[in-house]
Formats: sequence, C-alpha cells, structure tokens
Amino acid sequence: MFHVEHLRESGGILRLDRWGPSPYMAAMNSSSTYDVIIIGGGHAGCEAAAASARMGAATLLLTHKIETIGEMSCNPAIGGLGKGHLVREVDALDGVMGRVADASGIQFRMLNRSKGPAVRGPRTQSDRYLYRTEMQAMLGTQENLTIIAGAVDDIITDAGHIVGVRTEDGREFAAGQVVLTTGTFLKGVIHVGETRTPAGRWGEAPALGLSSRLYGLGLRMGRLKTGTPARLAKASIDWEALDQQAADEVPVPFSFLNREITVPQITCAITHTNEETHRVISKNIEKSAVYGGGIAGRGPRYCPSIEDKVVRFADRNRHQIFLEPEGLPGNPDGDTVYPNGISTSLPHDVQDAFLRTIRGLEQVEVQRYAYAIEYDYVDPRDLRATLEVKVQKGLFLAGQINGTTGYEEAAAQGLMAGTNAALAAQDRAPFILDRSQAYIGVMIDDLITKGVTEPYRMFTSRAEYRLLLRADNADQRLTKLGEDIGVVGEVRARYTDEKIEKFTKAKALSNALKESPSALAKAGIKINQDGVRRSVMDLLAYPNITLPALTAVWPELAEMDADTAEYLTIDATYAGYLERQARDIEAFRRDEGLRIPDGLDYGAIGGLSNEVRSKLTDTRPATLGQAARMEGVTPGALMAVLAHIKKANRAA
Amino acid sequence: MSDVLSSQDETIFALSSAPGRAGVSVLRVSGVGAGRVLEDLTQSALPAPRRASLRSIYNAEGTVIDQPLVLWFPAPKSFTGEDCAEIHVHGSVAILEAAARRLVELGLRQARPGEFTRRAVEHGKMDLTEAEGLADLIDARTEGQRVQALSNMGGALREMYEGWKSLILDALAQIEGEIDFADEEDVPDALSHAAYPFLEEVAESMSAALAGADRGRAVREGLRIAIIGAPNAGKSTLLNAIMGRDVAITSPQAGTTRDIVEAGAVIAGLPVTFSDTAGLRESSDAIEAEGVRRALARAEDAHVVVHVRRSNNSEELRSDIVFRNHEADDSGRSGAEVEGNALSGEGVDLLMAEIERQILEKYAGLENSALTRVRHVECISSALENVEIAKNKLGTMAELSSENLRKSLINIEELSGRADMEQVFDRIFSSFCIGK
Repeated sequence: MFHVEHLRESGGILRLDRWGPSPYMAAMNSSSTYDVIIIGGGHAGCEAAAASARMGAATLLLTHKIETIGEMSCNPAIGGLGKGHLVREVDALDGVMGRVADASGIQFRMLNRSKGPAVRGPRTQSDRYLYRTEMQAMLGTQENLTIIAGAVDDIITDAGHIVGVRTEDGREFAAGQVVLTTGTFLKGVIHVGETRTPAGRWGEAPALGLSSRLYGLGLRMGRLKTGTPARLAKASIDWEALDQQAADEVPVPFSFLNREITVPQITCAITHTNEETHRVISKNIEKSAVYGGGIAGRGPRYCPSIEDKVVRFADRNRHQIFLEPEGLPGNPDGDTVYPNGISTSLPHDVQDAFLRTIRGLEQVEVQRYAYAIEYDYVDPRDLRATLEVKVQKGLFLAGQINGTTGYEEAAAQGLMAGTNAALAAQDRAPFILDRSQAYIGVMIDDLITKGVTEPYRMFTSRAEYRLLLRADNADQRLTKLGEDIGVVGEVRARYTDEKIEKFTKAKALSNALKESPSALAKAGIKINQDGVRRSVMDLLAYPNITLPALTAVWPELAEMDADTAEYLTIDATYAGYLERQARDIEAFRRDEGLRIPDGLDYGAIGGLSNEVRSKLTDTRPATLGQAARMEGVTPGALMAVLAHIKKANRAA
Repeated sequence: MSDVLSSQDETIFALSSAPGRAGVSVLRVSGVGAGRVLEDLTQSALPAPRRASLRSIYNAEGTVIDQPLVLWFPAPKSFTGEDCAEIHVHGSVAILEAAARRLVELGLRQARPGEFTRRAVEHGKMDLTEAEGLADLIDARTEGQRVQALSNMGGALREMYEGWKSLILDALAQIEGEIDFADEEDVPDALSHAAYPFLEEVAESMSAALAGADRGRAVREGLRIAIIGAPNAGKSTLLNAIMGRDVAITSPQAGTTRDIVEAGAVIAGLPVTFSDTAGLRESSDAIEAEGVRRALARAEDAHVVVHVRRSNNSEELRSDIVFRNHEADDSGRSGAEVEGNALSGEGVDLLMAEIERQILEKYAGLENSALTRVRHVECISSALENVEIAKNKLGTMAELSSENLRKSLINIEELSGRADMEQVFDRIFSSFCIGK
C-alpha cells in the first residue's frame, strides 16, 4: 500500500501529519488560527488548498475523511474537450491536477487529434487509487498546508465578519477567509427508484448546517441533479467478446513540466445498449426518480441518464457504452469497471435486468448500483469574479456549489478561489482572468453573468477567442501572470521563461529567413511562382509544408526541437485569425475597463425598464462589458447606466 | 456621445403632428417623468393605461389651457419602451404654445429629431431596420415607397436576416457538434459536412438579396432619368413638354443648357427625377466643357437614359430610349424608339408610356426588396464573404470555418440583434443524444 508520513516544521511547532484520523492533530489544532480555511477535499478543495498555501497563506484543509481526499466520485477520467484546456491552465498556474493526472493516467488520448490545434483536448482515464494517493502525497508535502479531518457544520461570524468555522463535534478553527467546496454534499439526497437517502456521496453523510447558513445569508439557491452509473465487477464481464479502444501510442502529458508518461496504459471495451435494453427501461420508466417525479433539480443535457436517452431519443436503437476499468490490474480498484453512458436512478432490480440485456454484460455482477443525486447550489450571480460571495466578505465558493459539473471545472474554480482567498488575507488586489486570457476566465464570467440553468460544463465553443486560448499555450498565456502574484513557484517560472525565450527566438528567426519561389522550387517546395519572397512563417501557413521539409532550404532549422516546430506551425496556421482576434480583444478590453461601482443603485437610474433594472440588480455586473453580455440588457439600458456613472463621477 | 448619454434619463416631449393650425394636435411625452408630468399637467390621477380619457390641462397659475384627450402608456408597453403619455389638444397655435411652455416648466425637454424612435430602438422595442422602415414610411411620397417602407417597418428585412441567422446557427451546430462532441457516438464523424447545405442556402439567399439591393435603393431614393443628346437636339424642349410647364430655358441657340436642370415626377408609383443636360460636343468654353462632363456623369448613373436625336451624328452613347425628334433623320439605334415632336408635344405620351414600361419591367415589385441602404449592403456583403470562406474551410479546418461564421453573425448583428452560443447548444442538444 501507498503510504505518506512526513515531518513538517510550522509555526515553531514540529508536527506529525499522518494520513488517517489523528486525535493528536485534532486536539492540537482546535485553537489554531489560519489565514485561509478550505472546506472540502474534492477537486476544488485540493486545488484551493494547494493554491492558497503556494501563495504563502497559512492554510487549513478541513474535510470529512482524509482518505477520500482527491476521490474521483464519478467517472475516473481527467480532461477532454474544453476540460483538457482547463487542466492545462490549472497546471500553468502551478496547480496540482495536471501532475496528479500524469502520475495516475492509464489511458491517455488526445481528442480531436486530426483537427486544428485550438480544438485538441488531452484526456486520460485515471487509476482512482493512484489518483487520490498521488493527490494526498502532493498536498502532504505542500508547505503552509495543514490537513485535518472534520465535518464543518457552520461558519462563525462576528459583526458580519468571518472569523472561523465550527465542526459538528464542536471544534473551532479561526480564519478570516473561508473557501467552501461542498460538491454534492450540500443537502445532498441520493435517489434510487423511489428510495431517497440523505447523503453527499454513496455512504457519506450530507452537509446540512452549511446549507442553512447560506440560506441565512439571503443567497439565491437552487437544486441540481447529477447521476452516476453502476460499478461492475470486471471478472463478470465477457471482456474478450467486445471491441477494444486503445490508448494513444505516445501519451501526451497534461503538465507542462512532464516530458513523458510512465504509468502503464490499458484498453477500454466498447458495447451498446439494444432494443431489449430500451424495452426494459421503457417498461419501468415510472420507477425512475426523474420520471417518477422524485427529482425536481435539473440535470445536464450533455450527461443524460440512460432513461433520458431512451425517452428523448426514441428513434435511436442503441447507445454506446465505454467500459472503463477504474484501475490497473492488481490495484485496489482494478476489478471495478465504470460503464460510461448509462447513469440511472432506476431501482436495483431494473438495473440488473437492463444491464444483462447488453452484450458482454449477460452475467454481470454489480458492485455498487447507479444512483442520481440532488444537491443545493448557489446562484453564481451572487459571486464576484474572485468567487467571493458578494454579501459576505471572506467567504469564497468553488466547484459544484456554483452550479458546475466536472472535476476540471471544479479544480479551476478552486485554484482561483484559493488564490483570491490568500490575496484577501494578505490584503492584496484580487487575481482575475478575463475571457480573452483563459478558459478559466470564460467559465467564471459565464457563471457570474448568466447564472446556470443546468450544471455548467466547459466546451471549446464557449470561448470566443478559441484560436488564442489553446491547450498548448496555456503556460505562455498564464504562468507569468501567476508568477507575478506568487501562485507559481520558482521552478516552473524559470522553466516557462526559458521555453518562451526559445520560442521567441525561433519565431524571430523564422520571420527573418526568406527565400524566393524559384529558390524554394529547387529544394522541392512548390508554391506559386509569383516572385514574392516568403519567410519560414509564411511557408508554414501552407497546410502541406512542414518545418522538416524546410530544413532543405535552411539547415539551421534542424536545430529546433519538436515543441518549437509545433509552436511555429500553430502560430503560422492561425496567423491572420490571431491578428483579427487581437483587435477584437482590444475592443473587448475597452468595455471591460468601464467599471460599474459596487453598490450602484439601479433604482436611481432613469430610463431603465423594470425588467432590466431587476436583472441588473440581481446580477450586479462589475463592468459595462459584463452588463452587455447579460441577456435582455438593451443598448439603451447600457447607455443609461454609463450616463449615470459618468454623471456620478463628474459630481464626485 | 456625451450629449446622448446625459440625455438618457431625461423626459422629452414633442409635437407629433404637423405644426400649425389643425383640428387636433398631438403632444407626445416619453421618459421616466412622464407619469408625474401628466399628473401635474392634469392635476388629477393618472388615467387607466391605454384608454383615452378626457381631462383638463392647467398652466402654472391653475388656469385651464385646454380640455384634451389624454392617454397614458406605462413602460414597457409603449412606443419607446419608457413611460409615455399622449395629449390630444385642440390644434391652435396658442394652445400648443401654452402647453409646451407648461411642459418645459415641469422639467421636460423638447425631443431632438428622431429621439423617440431612437429610444424605442435602444429599449429593444424595434430593431434598427424597423426604425429605418418607420423613418422611410414617414417620408414616403409615392405608393411604391410606402409599400417598401411598411414592409421593412413590419420586419421584412428582419425576417430575412433572422432566416440567415437561423441557417448559420444550424450550420454552427453541426460544426461545433463535431468539435466539442467528437467522442460522442451519436455525433457522426465529419458532422461539419452537414453544415454545407445550410451555408449554400445562406450564400444563395444573401447573393439574391444583394443583387436586388440596387433596385431596393432605387425605390427608396427615387429613379433618375437622364435626358441626353447633341446640342440643339431639343432636350430642354422635351423636358418642358414632359412636365407640362417651362422648367428649362429653351432657345434655337445650341448650348443653351449648361448645368443640369432637374424636375420631379411620379411614374408607376415611384418618384423619378428627370435631368436635362448640356448638349454633348467638344467645347473650348470651360463652362460648357464642365457641363458636358456633368451630363455624361449623370447619364452614367441614371436608371433610364433618354437619348434625344435630330440628326445623323451617331455618338456611341448609352440610350435606353431614343426619342427621335421629328425633324431628325432615322438613324436611331439600341434602345426603344419613340417618334415625336417635343415642341408640339406630339409623341410625348408615347415616350412616357415607354418610360413607365421600362420602369415597371426593371423595378416593379421591388418595393419588397429589403436592402434599402448602403449600410445594409455593406453588412450583408461582409457576412456573405465570411460565409463563403467558412464554406471553403469546412472540410479542412472546422474551427476556422466556425470563426468565419461567428464573424458573419456579427455582420448580421450589425443590422440589429444579438446571437449567443447558447442558441448553438440548444440546437446541438435537441438534435443529438450527447452524453456517454
């Protein structure tokens, strides 16, 4: 078994941090004071804790159980389209998710490999055991971070200020900044058929007290639902009878710091539902919690339950299922298979019945049945761009509590919330990424501007500056920004500096090296004989011309490594489009620069319709640009707001 | 800019009917203070919304100014989307002056030209093309213009670009579906190819609209008919015969007309402007030479050119209609020919019939052509260009194709309205079963 135990010096006390419940630690820390407390050890909580600690803030991570830190509660996979971009951005800001995924990934695949570089998305399945132990190890060695097991029941305030938190068993911990990452635990209810069980995750108690606290703050809250499929015993599956999907031959790591993947790679099996499966499901549809009316919360359109698929797409006679092992053979989850595509809230007997109609699953044994879970979320329009609650200074929210779904979305928010909580503790200016800088910026802006009607998932198409915000250049976009505020460590900062310098030089050289069409033709490069001298960059923009081909003309290009060649090719391919986007971004920044004062009284602005006034009051956009992105806000309303602000400024 | 900005929260009023003595004159008030002003003016509570009520209106001294019908339109169900009031006073200059003075005393400002419509657009009550239609409708002088303007005000252009937008969103849904849901079984490979027919249809429809745009503008701006010919061919005499009055000076001396003489008329329900031009000949006289240059330029951009001839000198000139003046020989070519005598008026009715026939043939029914302004043509041309690029990149670079389509949506939005990625998602999720 993997085991972590180490000594750490902190605050003059030598502490023994041991994984697993430790009565000593609890007693010792119950009176301790921290800069930032993170509640929850899921993907948002881990990243928040690590980021806050990297910022130099004395950070405490409080979570129900230390052994479930970094648990993959649903699909054991990281990345994907849009999501892979988020992981790269988290990594560029020195976050932990990318490195943990690299250390635990057992089936790396670059999605959209045949498409343009802007829309490629790295993805891997992870060994769940490796993932959580690696995550626990990384947090365990993180300076400034203390981890304690405890179920937080309430936040302690004094005269409106956050002063700490209290656990169910009465322990109190002091801090001025608290990051809540409750996932599906907030008033969580698990549905299986007609059975409802209060729970945050299978077999774990929900968080009830915190929910009341948030309602008490007057936050707008709602219910969302998500689901998870049954877990199957691998030995009971006729694995050989099924098609297999292999990993990429050369896995591409998530982290910019990693050059290769050393974890063994596995294959997944593919099977399908069939008409008999659909018949069993249709016959029992009223027993489903969703269709039986048991669930009020809205689920995501892009991750429907199998009963949803059968009802909404009745014309399809089959749906694909990926059978994904949850671990390497021999590891703790090595005999568990995650059947991707058939989450459900049908009762156990119906689950058994429909599963066994599926090819390869005729004899299947269920290790744990599928369920739907319903939980509280906070309308993210009640948050600032820092993810701080507008009406409660010092309280930050990240992850599913903000209406998102997915580990990557959670991690990215965690990183931003943890960073900003630390900045607030240090009395420094907030760290905000905008839509032109990062997918992280796109996501947070979408959340706080538009709110959510279904769990929010990242897609590349949400990013209007998609050609610029690529997975391959996340470090070039963000690492320096992170270094400036201190969330990025020295090692990564220097590594990225060198890379950028290398790329800059290579690009300057490639712009300088020029040759005439006739000279190029002699080297076997055929282009229009128009007498125009073209640079290496010009030539790389042609889809059929590669850098290696150009070494025939310019031998010095052979010295460029594969990374550099890829960078130059991408840059050349998108050149014209990137220039145009740069102009769009300038216009976008102008609107973002027009800040709307925090407490603006929209009631005092004439010429606003009641509808627009109440929308603006609900969302309280921070900039005129954000207001313009809100649904239903007319140009006239924008002008009225702008006029009002200008008048107020003149008067001041 | 700052002027407009600072005016947004002001309440404005204007006389909405023609100025001067009339049976009834209508004063319109719009803005956040409209309700208060109506109460102050009538010294009574607000009437029921959207119902005509008889009230007295008072000046500052409490004396009755008039007893008008008043109407109260609380926001947002009003023309501008703001609180609005209408006061239908008896149309005397004295009443209007007294009422206007009182409104100014109550803090209102005279509206600038077009300000009511502008507020309506800014509050989303109508889009820009509909506002343009309204402006044209108010300005309409002929039946053809009225039909065209009414059609745009009613949203004909909007309907057209909403159709394009919808097709482009359909295409985007295919492309983004392929990009963002590549790993979904229900999303077929190379889905973006399915975008092709949508883009074909948009491109075709945009091209057709652009092709009709010149004619659409002709209806809105009026048709230009140039009368050209050699000196002393009888052009000015013909213009006078057409108009039935002495518009141009005529004399037996060649080169009498030096500058362009214009006269308006209505033919086939459309406004037309006849231009009598200087006789075409080489001249050393700088003023006459300039006149000739202008004549040729006018012929260049005329919708119909009437070439008046009386002799055999056969310049190679564009002529849609050749009017052979009687004394002339018969060497006319190209366009239709009409014989007549400009001086006696003989044959002028035939000429007018021929002009009407040609206008009907080229421009009739085009009151429905929606692109009536240069602005429309520019937006749609850019949109079409982006659609064409997107079409070409479909097979090779889906993300660039998408980029161009987003640009084309922005081009269309410049006409008015907004599109959102959420609309693309709606299309993807309703047509494909997404979710493993």
